[in-house]
Amino acid sequence: MVLFIVIAPFLGGLLHGIDRKITARMQGRKGPSVLQAFYDVIKLFEKQMLYVDKMQNLLLLSYLFFIIFTGALFFAGVDMLLCFFALSTAEMFFILAATVTHSPFTYIGSQRELMQMMAYEPMILLTAVGFYQATGSFKAIDIIQESSSPIILMPGFFIGFVFILAIKFRKSPFDISTSHHAHQELVKGVTTEMTGTRYAWVEIAEWYEEVFLLAIVALFIINSHMWSWFLAAAVIVLVYFLEILIDNTCARVKWDLMLKSTWIVSLVAGGLNLLILEIIN
Amino acid sequence: MEITMRNIAKSPWLIHYDGSSCNGCDIEVLACLTPVYDVERFGIINTGNPMHADIFLITGGINSQNESVVKQIYDQMPEPKVVVAVGACACTGGVFRDCYNIKGGADTVIPVDIYVPGCAARPESIIDGVVKAVGLFQKKYEDRENAKKNKSEVEA
Repeated sequence: MVLFIVIAPFLGGLLHGIDRKITARMQGRKGPSVLQAFYDVIKLFEKQMLYVDKMQNLLLLSYLFFIIFTGALFFAGVDMLLCFFALSTAEMFFILAATVTHSPFTYIGSQRELMQMMAYEPMILLTAVGFYQATGSFKAIDIIQESSSPIILMPGFFIGFVFILAIKFRKSPFDISTSHHAHQELVKGVTTEMTGTRYAWVEIAEWYEEVFLLAIVALFIINSHMWSWFLAAAVIVLVYFLEILIDNTCARVKWDLMLKSTWIVSLVAGGLNLLILEIIN
Repeated sequence: MEITMRNIAKSPWLIHYDGSSCNGCDIEVLACLTPVYDVERFGIINTGNPMHADIFLITGGINSQNESVVKQIYDQMPEPKVVVAVGACACTGGVFRDCYNIKGGADTVIPVDIYVPGCAARPESIIDGVVKAVGLFQKKYEDRENAKKNKSEVEA
């Protein structure tokens, strides 16, 4: 748990850097340094703070706190459902921090952020249910001690979870509330009014969140055998690469298509898998 | 008291605003982002959001309609910030400077730090201007920190 709190931001920042490097290479460019995400955050901490509402400060700190709390709970081996609820709480603080500014761009951005939550939340809960059905426990500590990988019993959940990761990682086609790239029609959407240190917190929270979500991906693979840890690492790399590939090959979609496609995938992949698990059990 | 200066020059984020440009310079600015010139290798992002931007690239002259917009973008950028006027029109008003609706270059409404000449400004000279702006961005930050330090020493 302590390891997560200390190491996760470095891992997350490095992942962002590698992401930008691979993206650049895919587009035939050289791209920035892999440490670019850290340079950006160092810069943001030195910028002047401009804000219209002091409340935003507390709300964004709460967002960062609850994201770290989520990951810490997970790595401490607490119930997975509680982690997901903490994650939703963090998201709510983020949306509140955006809406207090009354900017029309953040307003529409936060509406879209809520749409995104509506789209991915069912699959996140289904994943927790799936783990319980497959292994009989909500706790990561118990799940990794199973003799076979959970993914054997829950491939549908895995597909659904990887699908919603595109939304969680803010990847095109689902980066409708705010984008890592500079082609957002809503200025910067939900993060438009967050400057300097505050935006740095958002970036750091994103790093923590990415590490937490990739740990869930690993949980699908890891079992009591040592080799499964290496396999899990390979699967994480593969999933992350897949998300970058999707990001670079898909155009942004409107919210209704996002909602429909995500729910259909959740229902078909996750739902069918759940049904089969019910029958087996 | 020794203060540590951070290297913030590795992460210059841009905002590009088209005043009353003929779009020649704008196309060249965007050309800088393409694989041929790839300014992202310097950590540059075209943010499009004044509140996240460090460097303000302005193309085209100032007219009565965009005057308030340019002022507002400038005011919304947090310090330290650098303004770069790209192309003859943004520098001086260019061939349009005698038009009844043109006020002149960008420096008629906001303080401009770097002037990039050309009609249209070549991507090479735009990158050159931006690299100069990045140096100035770091310098402005260091000046601010030194001023802070001096103030605290005087007060002590």
